[in-house]
Amino acid sequence: MISMKNKSLVSIDDYTREEQLKILDLAEGFEKKPVQDILKGFVVATLFFEPSTRTRLSFESAASRLGAQVIGFSEASTSSVSKGESLNDTILTVSKYADIIVMRHPREGSARYASEVSPVPVINAGDGANQHPTQTLLDMYSIRKTQGTLNNLQVAFVGDLKYGRTVHSLTFALCNFNATFHLVSPEDLKLPSYVKQKIKDNKLEYYQYTDMNEVIPKADILYMTRIQKERFSDPIEYERVKNAYILRNEMLQDAKNTMRVLHPLPRVNEIETDVDHNAKAYYFDQAQNGVYVRQALLASILGVI
Amino acid sequence: MEESKTRKELQVSAIENGTVIDHIPAKSVFQVVKLLGLENCKEQILFGTNLESKKFGKKGIVKVANRFFESDEINKITLAAPSATLIVIRNYQVVEKKKVEIPDHIRKYVRCVNPNCITNHEKIPTKFLVIDKEDIRLQCHYCEKVTDKNNLFFI
Ligand SMILES: [Zn+2]
Repeated sequence: MISMKNKSLVSIDDYTREEQLKILDLAEGFEKKPVQDILKGFVVATLFFEPSTRTRLSFESAASRLGAQVIGFSEASTSSVSKGESLNDTILTVSKYADIIVMRHPREGSARYASEVSPVPVINAGDGANQHPTQTLLDMYSIRKTQGTLNNLQVAFVGDLKYGRTVHSLTFALCNFNATFHLVSPEDLKLPSYVKQKIKDNKLEYYQYTDMNEVIPKADILYMTRIQKERFSDPIEYERVKNAYILRNEMLQDAKNTMRVLHPLPRVNEIETDVDHNAKAYYFDQAQNGVYVRQALLASILGVI
Repeated sequence: MEESKTRKELQVSAIENGTVIDHIPAKSVFQVVKLLGLENCKEQILFGTNLESKKFGKKGIVKVANRFFESDEINKITLAAPSATLIVIRNYQVVEKKKVEIPDHIRKYVRCVNPNCITNHEKIPTKFLVIDKEDIRLQCHYCEKVTDKNNLFFI
């Protein structure tokens, strides 16, 4: 019997493959029945030291639908942090008020530290550029739901593969499921070598491209990410490549029928709005799946299921 | 053999009891002194640097009278001087000689290279997993970034 009771989730690797699958299975149950009173009497703290409205609302929706009370703050300036309180003190204080802490913080490593000082479990909702494991789990959920399996898939990542933490974490997670990786990016923004090494260590394959059109017919999943101008060492290079990484509806003609387009959102212009009505567009459903996955996490870490 | 030994001894005087740390990279001698907290040590300390060494080119050496280090203390210097040899002297005789060893975990005295790491912004002792002992690569327990020997700074 797998139990995640009191088990903080800071990095996707904190949960084994079996534990990750257990969360996905539980999330399926919440998708069927999203409103349940199983967290009545529990208090969930959402501590957002930097704003991330989408993630915070998703957690708060998950907690509310299960009957929990939510306390917290949505940016550091409205909290005691702006008065110079240490992270240690904030966490220790809040842990007296809440049964679980959901935390977003601009500094890398903050969530690991919080999980070590906190007597109540901590869910990392993003620590700087480091980890955002609930995003990874909702991505996995969306992939499994649309493909019927997580195993043996052709997964294409497009855009900024160098700095995109969602891509790195999802790559690590899919290394447990025999995926083949198709990596489409400008030269400046290729997947870091330590992530590619992880793919090799698992005896899996990856292919690198600069042209998105090459991967569309092969892919089961087309995972789009945003390309930011400030990531380029040479602004001229950005101007040269920016349009090559925009997905337009007509480009999806040769895609498999079962292929789905994912994106961690918010998007800027990397997916044209004419894609939104294509049956292959899945990014808004993907965001909705986040609520079910977070319900599964809250309920299992609080030990009620 | 005997002659070369004598010449070596002349470079830095011998001690009766204590510890000799030999084969320190020349540039790291003061770092080793600092890491071991010898600045405040009341015992006799002799140190030399830029000494000739066949194996290492220029090397440094530190001799501390009447001090015998625990392996925890010695582990501290491994990052600054991975090639160092530790020699325990009693009665002018070498009683023990060993290579320093890089431990699996490094705590407190190395700074994380990542400027956005929480340990560089709050009073949190650093903690690293040593992922490569030969090349010296330390993975931060908190931010997961790797600090390597080219950006190693001691706190
Ligand atoms: Zn760090």
